[in-house]
Formats: sequence, C-alpha cells, structure tokens
Amino acid sequence: MFRRIEPAAADIRFSYEGREIVAQPGDSVATALLLAGETSLRTTPISGSARAPYCMMGVCFECLMEIDGVGNRQACLTPVKAGMQVQRQRGARELL
Amino acid sequence: MAYDVIVIGGGLVGGAIAWGAAAKGASVALIDQGDIAFRAARGNFGLVWVQSKGAGMPAYAHWTRASAELWPELADTLAGATGVDAALRQRGGLAFCLTDAELEERASLLTRMHNESGDIGTRIVDRDEIRAMVPGIGDRVVGASFCPIDGEAHPLHLLRALHSGLLRLGGDYLPGRTVDAIDAAPNSFTVRIGAERFIAEKLVIAAGLGSRELAPLVGLRMPVTPLRGQIIVTERLRPFLDYTCHTLRQTVEGLVMMGDSQEDAGFDTSVGVPVLRTMAERNTAVFPALKEASIVRVWAALRVMSPDGFPIYEQSERYPGAFAATCHSGVTLAGAHALALAPAIVAGELPEHFAAFSARRFDVPTH
Ligand SMILES: Cc1cc2nc3c(=O)[nH]c(=O)nc-3n(C[C@H](O)[C@H](O)[C@H](O)COP(=O)(O)OP(=O)(O)OC[C@H]3O[C@@H](n4cnc5c(N)ncnc54)[C@H](O)[C@@H]3O)c2cc1C
Ligand code: FES
Repeated sequence: MFRRIEPAAADIRFSYEGREIVAQPGDSVATALLLAGETSLRTTPISGSARAPYCMMGVCFECLMEIDGVGNRQACLTPVKAGMQVQRQRGARELL
Repeated sequence: MAYDVIVIGGGLVGGAIAWGAAAKGASVALIDQGDIAFRAARGNFGLVWVQSKGAGMPAYAHWTRASAELWPELADTLAGATGVDAALRQRGGLAFCLTDAELEERASLLTRMHNESGDIGTRIVDRDEIRAMVPGIGDRVVGASFCPIDGEAHPLHLLRALHSGLLRLGGDYLPGRTVDAIDAAPNSFTVRIGAERFIAEKLVIAAGLGSRELAPLVGLRMPVTPLRGQIIVTERLRPFLDYTCHTLRQTVEGLVMMGDSQEDAGFDTSVGVPVLRTMAERNTAVFPALKEASIVRVWAALRVMSPDGFPIYEQSERYPGAFAATCHSGVTLAGAHALALAPAIVAGELPEHFAAFSARRFDVPTH
C-alpha cells in the first residue's frame, strides 16, 4: 500500500509481534509498520475495534502501541531502534 | 415570553432544578451565560460522595443521603428520555489515610457523624482489609474509611442529559445571556437581558458564583465565593479499581482522574505545578504504579462556596416565588435537586426542615 520516496539506506531490524521488520534510520515505528503492510496496530479500549495510525504527527493518538514493554506509546512519534520489541496494543494500557 | 418557572444559571444546580420542574409539568426557561463563564459544572471531579458530608449540620447529611438514594431514578429517567447515560456507579467509596494521625482523625469524624446523623454503614478498614479490597496499594497507606453508598458519575454527561431532557419536556434553554436586571414583585418576576423580557411566577437563582450579585435583586442573600480546585487526568488504563476514592477515580473509559485541591485564589483559574505535584504525590503514594502513567490533561475550576460550605436553599420573604439554590456538591446533590427540591419549588413551598439551609444562619454570631 505504501512505498518509500527515498532509496533505502542502512537497515534497522526490530521485532513486531515476534516477526522481524526491516526499517530505515529515521523511520518512526508507525512508518516502518505501515511500509511492512501492517495496518491494524491496536484495538480500542471500549469497543475493541481495530485502529491504524491516522495523523502521523502526534495529535490523534490512534497509533498507541506497546513498545519495549511500555503501553500507550505513540508509534508515529517513536523512532525505530535496532532490537526494539513492539507489540500490538490490545485495549487500554495495563498498569496494575 | 411567560413561563411558570425561570431558572437563572445552567450549571448542574440550575440544570437539575429546571429539568425537575419541567418533569413536574411546569413550563420552564433556563437562562445561562456563554462559553467563557465560570462553570463548576464543566470542571468538576464527578463524585457522588456521602460519607463526609454534613458534619455539624445533620440536615445536610440527610439531604446528601437522600440524594444518593434518588440518583438511580434520576439517571434511569434521564437515560430513558434522552439516551444520555450519566454513568452512575455507586460501588462504595474509600478515603485513604497515610498516617495514624490521619486515620484517627477520620475515625473520630465518622463517630461524630454517626452520633449526629445516624449510621449509613461507614466504617474504618485497616491496613490488611484495604489490601484485600484493592490491588496495588502502597506501603504508606495505613487504612481508609469506607462508605458503601458512595459513588461517582460522569458530570458532563449528566449536564448534557439535564439540558437535553429539559428541551424534550418542552422547556427552553437560553444560553448566551447574562442577567443583570430583574423586576420583582411577589410571585411575579420580569428578567431583563438587553431588550429581551422573560416573565415568570417563580424564579430560581442558581447562577453559581453569579448568584452573589443576583440574589439581592429578589430579596435573597447568597454570599458565595470561589474556591479553586485542580484536577489531573491520565491516559486510559485497563480498569483496576472497583471503588471510588475520595481523590482518585477511574472513569468508565479508563481515564484516571486525580483531584482536587482546595485553594483560595479568587477568580484565577490557572493551574500550577506545585499544587499538581502535591496531588500526584499523594495519589501515587496510594497507588505507586500510577507513577508510570502519563498525564494527558490538567485543569482548574472554581467551586461555589458558602461561608460554612453548606448549601443555601431559601424562598424570598420579600418576594415570595423567588428561590435561592446553591451548594458546593452539585453532582452529589443532583438527585435531590431534580426529584425533591424542584417539585417543592413548583408547589411554591420548601419543606419545613429546609429552615436549616436559610442564609439567615450567617447572621448568628459564631463563637
Ligand atoms: C474542581 C472541582 C471539583 C468538584 N468536584 C465535585 C464532586 O466530585 N462532586 C460534586 O458533587 N461536586 C463537585 N464539584 C462542585 C460542582 O461542580 C458544583 O456544585 C456544580 O457544578 C454546581 O454548580 P452550580 O450549578 O451552582 O454552578 P456552575 O456550574 O458554576 O453554574 C452556574 C451557571 O450560572 C451561569 N450564570 C452565572 N451568572 C449568571 C447571570 N448573571 N446570568 C445568567 N447566567 C449566569 C453561569 O454561566 C453558569 O453556567 C466540584 C467543583 C470543582 C470546581
Ligand atoms: S498517528 Fe496520530 S498520534 Fe500517532
């Protein structure tokens, strides 16, 4: 669905739901996952319906994911890092 | 335009009375200001809180309890008529104590209220029991008071339900209008706003902080002043709390709200880090895991406080038909305002035991 405008540079590899994703330096987690064909990155707290990143600039909070064990992180504002562990967020963040 | 009842002030107090009067068959106009008004109804914490209300005034303790009992009927009726769910949950309320001194003080308050106003099942729960009731309690918590009839609601949904319920009953909601002149005669009032005239047999002053200026126009006194409260809201979290807590609640949507300071700051509605930090520190001492939660909003709003903190309800002696209604717990008292006070106003007579709520109590010299 999406393709890069610029040619690929060095690879950064991270894990999404146990699957290896190949990204580029400067990608956000949301960008990398959309490019990898992943479109449902979380389910909503109340109705449990699926959601994808929407604004890609930090204002809509549709892209909340669990990143390195911390829930409710905005995937569109989080740069990819090698070895990152990313999970789909199911419902609201669990704290206790 | 002529009405049976005009209510000035479209906050929770005025909204509940206007809806309640319309539900009794009265023709009602609810006059309200615009978006920049001071409105406690839009900035409050949403507790339906009974356990500590009315120490020193049994009439207020009983009125609060009556309201908690009437609340389910109010919520059901509004939901049925408007489709708006006020999200009432009366699962019991906890007020946490962090030191033995606090716990002793709390225990003696409960004993005093029990002796003054009767038993409603409020009791002290100790360190072990509280940990069995609620997960994730911090080490500093030494106990809590628990009251089985305390609860919470969604205050914005409540306000919307009251306004839309009023419209469905044929009442008029008239926003964007600041009342500054009233021509008063017994059982005949003309409210003037610019060139507009609204006439009614009965007039209710429920204008929150604006009541102070309006009340004397109809022979009443409502010497209320602002008391600022700040509120912190976190991101949505998986539900972890089966009770309402005095300074912390989790909404049905999963937000955690932390309240709420009491500051004498005049009409200043700004927020400040020092007070917010104190509130956060206390609540994270109770629930340490909340330190990991992100804050998404903070705000401040102004409570409407009478000199002794108790409500004022009164019919004008000079101009019968004019009523004063103000309190600092408009969510808690919404049940009683809509289903007990409003019918009395429509009937033209406040019950005898309402004498305790008259502003005449401020004339008595205190010692
Ligand atoms: C921080 C905070 C936390 C709170 N927490 C709780 C809680 O947990 N539980 C609880 O029960 N209560 C709580 N309250 C109190 C509750 O919000 C109020 O009791 C409630 O909003 C009722 O207020 P009111 O209707 O008297 O005034 P407001 O809500 O302030 O409404 C007054 C209305 O009158 C209008 N008005 C004023 N002057 C005029 C005029 N001249 N002409 C026309 N209209 C006029 C204003 O525009 C306004 O809409 C809290 C309040 C605050 C500030
Ligand atoms: S996509 Fe809108 S905040 Fe991330």
